[in-house]
Amino acid sequence: MKFLLVEDNQELARAICYRIESDGHVIDHAPKIRDALVFVEVGEYDLILLDVMLPDGDGRDFLRQHRAKNRATPVIVLTARSQVSDRISLLDLGADDYITKPFDHAELDARCRAVLRRKSGTAQPIKKLGDVAFNPIAGILTVSNIDVTLRNKELRLIETFMNAPGQIFSKQKLFDRLFSYSDDVSENAIEVYVGRLRKHLVGSQLRISTHRGLGYRLDHD
Amino acid sequence: MIEVGQISGSLRKRLIITLIGGGAVLAVLIYLIVRTYATQIAQQGQDSILGASVTSILDAANLRKGDIEIDFPYASFSMLKTASDDRIFYAIYQDDKFLSGYERLAKMNPKTGTGSTFGNTIFKGANVRLASASRTLVGEGLRTELSITVAQTRDSLNGTLNRIGQNVALFGAGFFLLVIILAFWATSAAIAPLARLTSSITRRGPHDLSPVISPVPREMAPLVFSLNKLMGRLDQSLTRSEDFIAEAAHRVRTPLATVRSYAEAMLQRVEKEENRRAMRSMIRAVDESSRAAGQLLDHAMITFRVDNLDRRTVNLSELVTDLVIRLTPIAEMRDVQIKLEAGEAIQVSADVILIQNAIRNLIDNALKYAPQESVVDIVIVANPRPEISIKDEGTGFPNEEMHILANRFERGSNSESITGSGLGLTIAQDVAEAHGGRLSLSNQVKGGACVTFSF
Repeated sequence: MKFLLVEDNQELARAICYRIESDGHVIDHAPKIRDALVFVEVGEYDLILLDVMLPDGDGRDFLRQHRAKNRATPVIVLTARSQVSDRISLLDLGADDYITKPFDHAELDARCRAVLRRKSGTAQPIKKLGDVAFNPIAGILTVSNIDVTLRNKELRLIETFMNAPGQIFSKQKLFDRLFSYSDDVSENAIEVYVGRLRKHLVGSQLRISTHRGLGYRLDHD
Repeated sequence: MIEVGQISGSLRKRLIITLIGGGAVLAVLIYLIVRTYATQIAQQGQDSILGASVTSILDAANLRKGDIEIDFPYASFSMLKTASDDRIFYAIYQDDKFLSGYERLAKMNPKTGTGSTFGNTIFKGANVRLASASRTLVGEGLRTELSITVAQTRDSLNGTLNRIGQNVALFGAGFFLLVIILAFWATSAAIAPLARLTSSITRRGPHDLSPVISPVPREMAPLVFSLNKLMGRLDQSLTRSEDFIAEAAHRVRTPLATVRSYAEAMLQRVEKEENRRAMRSMIRAVDESSRAAGQLLDHAMITFRVDNLDRRTVNLSELVTDLVIRLTPIAEMRDVQIKLEAGEAIQVSADVILIQNAIRNLIDNALKYAPQESVVDIVIVANPRPEISIKDEGTGFPNEEMHILANRFERGSNSESITGSGLGLTIAQDVAEAHGGRLSLSNQVKGGACVTFSF
């Protein structure tokens, strides 16, 4: 997936880019509307993350111009405003969703997934590893031609593993990926989800190995 | 409730009473003037005939051999003939000595050579008008003064006067009636621009603060001018406070977002359990404060809107379905499933923004308190009244705190691990009450909270 982030706050932009890249996506960053217009002119994006208050204008202006050119690229607006009426006007202008700053990365991830699911139709990317196919948008895991719909946490877990097969992920790292900080769960909950994934992967060429004191790894036979 | 202010009388009533009162005074005045004038004219007519009669009798008087001889001319009495057969009396005096006629007919004291004098008196039980005149006769060494009084009853005159009086009274009454009609018409015409202005302002939506531009009479111009100025100021202060709220939210949340992002990034690199715990509570504190800031500002906006409901017809099922779509990603994060049971379209008259905010808060709450991988049930019913119930499978409300949870900043004792500002239920309750409904909290028998928002 290729993202475009339009955000003038450098720190926030860096943090968002870091998180999205570590999810295995590509992201470009435009600090101004002017830059953003050039970026969309040149490259194809799957999703645009758009801040509302930008130094050279209102994010809504970008949205209007973007939609006027009949571009269907879905847009999620990042807004620091809280007024409901403001949100409504954004949706009227053609934003597909919005998220209020500050946001949980898990929420941004969930919203991106939901928007892409609604928008991308059949052209959804499938990741293949061995005899296992995985559709991260629909959350469908195909093992020996049988489709399994994954729950959100299982989905995020397999996505993490499949983006970097052979890499050991510590419990902590996985926990940060899976849970939002408002969830009051112990890190041992990871074991439950790893257990579930293992069950789904039974009979395939993939398996998740435990490395005592280090974490888990996805292995390909 | 809107204060009407003190009402002192009615402009319409005052105008009508003034106009009708003026009309009544005018009608009576017309009656009196015309009647007096008519009486005077009629009296003059009678007087001139009486005078002529007296004069003609005096003229017929002669001194013959020291005696007075009067040959009454026929015309002297026939000229006094009237339609109602008025009676005629006369008396003749010579040097104050009664000569002939009705002796008791009072004698006016006419002055010689000054024509006739007139007066009223009662004679033989009738109102009479009398005329007297005198003449000095000189001849054969004799000089004598002859006085004659002729009186006539006033039946004919009174008849005429009554007829005129009746007509004048009728005319006055007609005039008065016309004044009444004119008074009502003129009052309505004068008040109409005021009524138009009132209705044009009443018909406006609560957020329409544009100036009044339709033309008004000159007398109302200062009022409309002040009104427009007031509305302009109000509009400005509203826009300013709305801008301020948006700006405040932006200012507070953007740095919080940065703090949160850094903390999150840092957390990825920190391994020591102790430090991780600290980082995580930091992130939660950021979430808490940004949520509180958001809800405080929402609450401020809602308090303002509650006083000026912008009611429109809303399809409740559609509104809730839309909200559920927006909130599904949040539910998915915790693998919570939202089940929505919405029948056909349910129309209610409500302020969309308020209802959206209230229901969003309620669903948000349910999602927060629902355990992982559970179901949140949303049921919308139309009868007996539109109602939305939201049920979760969490721990439910603490029984002893149920009645205070909707109070501002009040949070349940089981909410320690969950971020929240304590304003969500307050907002929902305020909105429900503003729409004439209520918010009720209960626990389900099988466990879990149930919140019902009814209209």
